Amino acid sequence: MANYSTSEFRSGLKVMLDGDPCSILDNEFVKPGKGQAFNRVKLRNLKTARVLEKTFKSGESLEGADVMDKDMQYLYTDGDFWCFMEPDTYEQHQATEAAVGDALQWLSEQDICIVTLYNGSPLSVTPPNHVELEIVETDPGLRGDTAQGGSKPAKLVTGAVVKVPLFLDHGDVVKVDTRTGEYQGRVK
Amino acid sequence: MAYEMNTWQPGASRQALLRRACLLNRLRGFFAERSVLEVDVPLLGKSSITDVNIDSIAVTIDTAKGYLQTSPEYFMKRLLADGSGDIYYLGKAFRDGEIGTRHNPEFTMLEWYRCNWDDHQLMTEVADLLNILITEEHCSPMAVTKMSYGQCFMDQMGFDPHGADIDQLRSAAVELGSSSWSDESRTNCLDLIFSLQIEPKLPSGIVIIHDYPECQCALSKISKNHKGQPISRRFEVFIDGLEVANGYLELTNIDEQVKRFEDDIQHRIQSGKSLRAIDQKFIDALHSGLPSCAGVAVGLDRVLMRALDITEIDQVLAFSWHRT
Repeated sequence: MANYSTSEFRSGLKVMLDGDPCSILDNEFVKPGKGQAFNRVKLRNLKTARVLEKTFKSGESLEGADVMDKDMQYLYTDGDFWCFMEPDTYEQHQATEAAVGDALQWLSEQDICIVTLYNGSPLSVTPPNHVELEIVETDPGLRGDTAQGGSKPAKLVTGAVVKVPLFLDHGDVVKVDTRTGEYQGRVK
Repeated sequence: MAYEMNTWQPGASRQALLRRACLLNRLRGFFAERSVLEVDVPLLGKSSITDVNIDSIAVTIDTAKGYLQTSPEYFMKRLLADGSGDIYYLGKAFRDGEIGTRHNPEFTMLEWYRCNWDDHQLMTEVADLLNILITEEHCSPMAVTKMSYGQCFMDQMGFDPHGADIDQLRSAAVELGSSSWSDESRTNCLDLIFSLQIEPKLPSGIVIIHDYPECQCALSKISKNHKGQPISRRFEVFIDGLEVANGYLELTNIDEQVKRFEDDIQHRIQSGKSLRAIDQKFIDALHSGLPSCAGVAVGLDRVLMRALDITEIDQVLAFSWHRT
């Protein structure tokens, strides 16, 4: 992979730091009075999702990380691996539970997800921003309650638990924003 | 920060343009009242500076090489050596590669020299001027805090920067920065610690830090502090944590000056930087005799940022580099 110098660091660039692939979030140029310039860089470790802050001397460089985001269709799981397919080449990739991470609670078969590949293997999975899922478990719906009337927890078919309005019931399908985990509306 | 601006419009608001004009007027009034002479020295010169950390922009004039000046210092010192008396420069300066939220490669600089003054007298005048430039009518002036560089380190880091050994500085720098600081120089480690740990915790208002480490003397005189440690008679001024000025009790000793330039050149070679020759006419002027004086340079764009409570330099410049 190419090397990138601090002046090329920009948000979204993927680089290797201490053996882990990271995504650059922010890069600030700092230069004290008569001193050497340096760059304060915020990075997200793509393996652990932790945000780090590092300071590099200006002109230092980091190796680029072989990291690529690809749209893929979720096919099935055998309990150990989650299988995704590239829609254009039909190439299949097996993701571990660690790679699927929090996306697990939103995934239904055939969803199109973003799979982040690192050296060709799935590193993380980003579910679609909005999913429509059936409620499988919640307290019984209360007749006469309106949408403004408050909320209750509901378990969805994929395992996620979201807060929904009181009038919804087992078997209803709801639209959820996976980035916030918030209920967006009822799907009729 | 590496974004492109695709707009034709200026970065500065109408309010920022007005404030800049007002600030420049007040500034000229301040120096006129105190009989400091405005001098207009070249922005384009045949020589440049040897400083390791400041890169000048080289240009071609006809077929000869020239440099956009990184500061008016050498021309002003030549005037001082010629007997100009107290002088100030208000104009542009250029520094290659300095682009960020607080840097633009072309910026407005104010620099002035006071003959037979020491650094502490000049610090008082800098604080007076900044208060006149920034303080709105009917508002009380900003508080002025003065402290030594050594005291700042003792307060925030718990150790003496002048006495600390290099291993202690490096391990503090590695912890704050990254593993790449493990073999850095004393001055670079001190700068990192100061920028990340001390600068963000400076009191609000005008803060003047004086008596810098000997290794950061640049063009200032060296003397001893009350503990007998060698320190440089250099000071920096911050407004609400933003560095706005750098001043010296000026070095007048020619042998010492030449030695520092030669050390700079060695450092430039070691770090693979483009070579910059010693400005011989500046050396000749020192030979003829630079009067004892104190001098300071102020980044006016940053003063304006503080006056307007703006965090991006782009918004106090009509057109920053990204907009040109």
